[in-house]
Amino acid sequence: MKMLDAAMKRHRHQPDSLIEILHTAQELFGYLDVQCLKYVGHALKVPPSRVYGVATFYNIFSLKPRGAHTCVVCLGTACYVKGTAAILAAIERDQHVEVGGTTPDGQVSLVTARCLGACGLAPALVLDNEIHGAMTPETALARIKAWTDHDRG
Amino acid sequence: MSVTTLTINGRLVSAAEGASILDVAREHDIHIPTLCHLDGLSEHGACRLCLVEVAGSSKLQAACMTKAVEGMVVTTDSERLRTYRRQIVELLLAERNHVCSVCVANRACELQDLAVSMGLHHVRYEPQAPQLAMDASHPRWIIDHNRCVLCTRCVRVCDEIEGAHTWDVMGRGRQTLVISDMNEPWGDSASCTSCGKCVRVCPTGALFEKGAVATNKDPHFVTYLRMAREQKLWNR
Amino acid sequence: MIVDDIAAVRDREHAARAAQKARIAVCSAAGCLSTGGSAVKDALTAAVAEQGAGTDVRVLGTGCLGLCHAGPLVRVDAQDAAPAMFEHVTPALAVAIVSGVVGGALPAEQRCDLTQPFFTRQHRIVTSDAGVVDAERIEDYLAANGYAALEKVLTEMRPEEVVREISASGLRGRGGAGYPTGLKWSTVAKAQGPGKFVVCNADEGDPGAFMDRSVLEGDPHRVLEGMAIAAFAVGAEQGYIYVRGEYPLAITRLKTAIRQAERMQLLGHRILDTQFNFRIDIRIGAGAFVCGEETALISSIEGKRGTPRPRPPFPAEAGLWGRPTLINNVETYANIAPIILAGGSRFATLGTEHSKGTKVFALAGRIVNTGLVEVPMGIPLREIIYDIGGGIPDGRTFKAAQTGGPSGGCIPAAHLDLPVDYEALAGIGSIMGSGGLIVMDETSCMVDVARYFMEFCRDESCGKCIPCRAGTVQMHEILLKMTRGTADERDLGLLEQLAELVTRTSLCGLGQTAANPVMSTLHHFREEYMAHIRDKVCPAGVCPMHAEDRP
Repeated sequence: MKMLDAAMKRHRHQPDSLIEILHTAQELFGYLDVQCLKYVGHALKVPPSRVYGVATFYNIFSLKPRGAHTCVVCLGTACYVKGTAAILAAIERDQHVEVGGTTPDGQVSLVTARCLGACGLAPALVLDNEIHGAMTPETALARIKAWTDHDRG
Repeated sequence: MSVTTLTINGRLVSAAEGASILDVAREHDIHIPTLCHLDGLSEHGACRLCLVEVAGSSKLQAACMTKAVEGMVVTTDSERLRTYRRQIVELLLAERNHVCSVCVANRACELQDLAVSMGLHHVRYEPQAPQLAMDASHPRWIIDHNRCVLCTRCVRVCDEIEGAHTWDVMGRGRQTLVISDMNEPWGDSASCTSCGKCVRVCPTGALFEKGAVATNKDPHFVTYLRMAREQKLWNR
Repeated sequence: MIVDDIAAVRDREHAARAAQKARIAVCSAAGCLSTGGSAVKDALTAAVAEQGAGTDVRVLGTGCLGLCHAGPLVRVDAQDAAPAMFEHVTPALAVAIVSGVVGGALPAEQRCDLTQPFFTRQHRIVTSDAGVVDAERIEDYLAANGYAALEKVLTEMRPEEVVREISASGLRGRGGAGYPTGLKWSTVAKAQGPGKFVVCNADEGDPGAFMDRSVLEGDPHRVLEGMAIAAFAVGAEQGYIYVRGEYPLAITRLKTAIRQAERMQLLGHRILDTQFNFRIDIRIGAGAFVCGEETALISSIEGKRGTPRPRPPFPAEAGLWGRPTLINNVETYANIAPIILAGGSRFATLGTEHSKGTKVFALAGRIVNTGLVEVPMGIPLREIIYDIGGGIPDGRTFKAAQTGGPSGGCIPAAHLDLPVDYEALAGIGSIMGSGGLIVMDETSCMVDVARYFMEFCRDESCGKCIPCRAGTVQMHEILLKMTRGTADERDLGLLEQLAELVTRTSLCGLGQTAANPVMSTLHHFREEYMAHIRDKVCPAGVCPMHAEDRP
């Protein structure tokens, strides 16, 4: 909270810094819970409904906690043409998780991106902030298994 | 105040400076359909029903947000505009669950009036039939998202006239939803003053009074309130 | 700093460079970094130190070297030899490269042929610093004559002369619509009142486009310089760069660049000791395609939901916080400094009658050379795809090229000889867009591609106006039925009517162009639609064609 306060102070508690502050909050806490949103809204003098409206408008903000690992599947055109739909389907099937959800054991969150801008590497995934290119359903599943085998023991 | 002259549907009309095409048309009894517009509130420009043709512009212009300009030639009614307006109403009817026969706003609904005026009996688009919640947590009123057309009149009246900003809009695209505070039950809202303005400006049966068999919505109080405030009628 | 101090920095850099035997440039754009580029850079740096070549050889991380699929890429510029480039470089090869530089004989393996059309047919203006300038060192940018255009503008020109120069260049907005840049600048310059803003739209939203990302990552100072020149020309003192949150590397490099420029008094107060003040702040986007639209972008910078509002008034008259605001995209700003230095009329000699200069394209999809290319306007599409791009891999055949992302269209083989400029592309139902060029072969189904883009627009619609919010839903529904083999000709009629409605009545550019992929594929590939509708067959074998499968 101290770091969040510092960030708001840096922006002189201007209401128009709301999105910047939400970025900071999500970096600090991993996601945005209602308590945090209320706190930010109060400090920036933005009505609660507007804070919530902004937080739910943008894709990057998550109001639910993420799993231990995050897998982002790029659905940009280049990746789509080169077959990410099959990769996505394979992950959903294999990990029993839907887009936007987290595996029941809280290990893997699956999200999609509209384009990572890494089209030269299509099809591309981001696995815990690292871009992996030229993926196939098999290599993607192997990478995810490497996480889960390691963590699930 | 200077006066401008323009042509609407072949008729020469005069307009006060700064007036919108919609203002001028209404003043001269030229009907332009609207839904998100409400006298006394800021313009939203989103329902696209008031789109008109302006000579010299390839794009259609929203009459509510386009200022009348000297020499402008406007067409408010054409085959093309009628087709578009009809399609827009059809899209709205297919978007959520608008079943007039069981709706409390039956016969007092602006969406229904639009459909009737267009002679719309049948919707050609796939009904989306989303399963949306009804929030009856407020002691006096209910919000039924199934009837909401997202005109945001409630949001604007709450912000601009009441000053509470209880309502806003969350999500985007087809997931867009009107919310109170942090998407909390309306009855729990700390900011709501229970003034009821939102209910009175709602064009459909999305906001209505508990126990009412039929609603009688009269949104014209908004202009009155705004005028009273701007001219400081009560504290002279 | 004053002009003389900057000149001294340049002299020092040039002297250091003259003393160097070689410079080794590692591509440090996100693509190469993700395939091990930073390990390669570390290996190079370590090897240079180990072999005691610290003063003779410099290792630098530069902007995108272009051939993304062959990364990591390393380029060697030696004093006494022709430049060389290596592909798929590993740390082991990196060590060998350094030994080669020191010993005078570069390794022979994994060499890129620099005489292939991919390199020789390009014309680099926007990307001229790639391979030369280290993205994280302002001194490198200065040595490459960076900020010389800003200096010229501040010391020799009046604002209206700057606007005139940009107008003379014929430069048009590189973000998609191609509005004449000079005209936009002069509108903002003429707008009354203090507190104007200059905004850089770096919310590169089109899927399949990464030109702006490469420029921001590789040459951030070029963008800052362009913005500062624009600010001087229109009379603004505050700038914002609205950059995609999905581009963390670009954000980091921009932050570094702004700090460096402020320290050297190239941004901030009394720039180059003149009366001119200009500050730039970064605003990070949060993942909404619609924010590429000017008025939505403004809402987002103001900390609100990124919903557009009807224009007029245009941002040039009433933009950020109601003030006159100039908005251009990254590539447009990156063109400014070269135009000022070379002169607008010189720039205007390149390109076609109404489209001047070059365009950066991101080649992707079913093409041999995926990567970043910069070509003169008017170049035939065939030359980009077959000569520069190396054609279609795996013995397959070209089917369509998609430009302009969800706002654009698909160009069939019949139009391969089309000269690529704004008018020609618009003439066949596509748009120039921001520069994504995705190649498709016979394994792509055009109905499915149309459905894909419609799904994109449906999900990215802000939800404010009805035609876009509900129209894209219904259009997607119909296209989905087609790919499942359950649509009939009545649905096709409904689709075409909806396409017209959404195009004509939507509030902003997103909705007004959302139907373009549908209309262009319907126009050029109608028989493929009919096969889905009448024969219940997907010729490309992509669509499931039965209702229970998901596409």
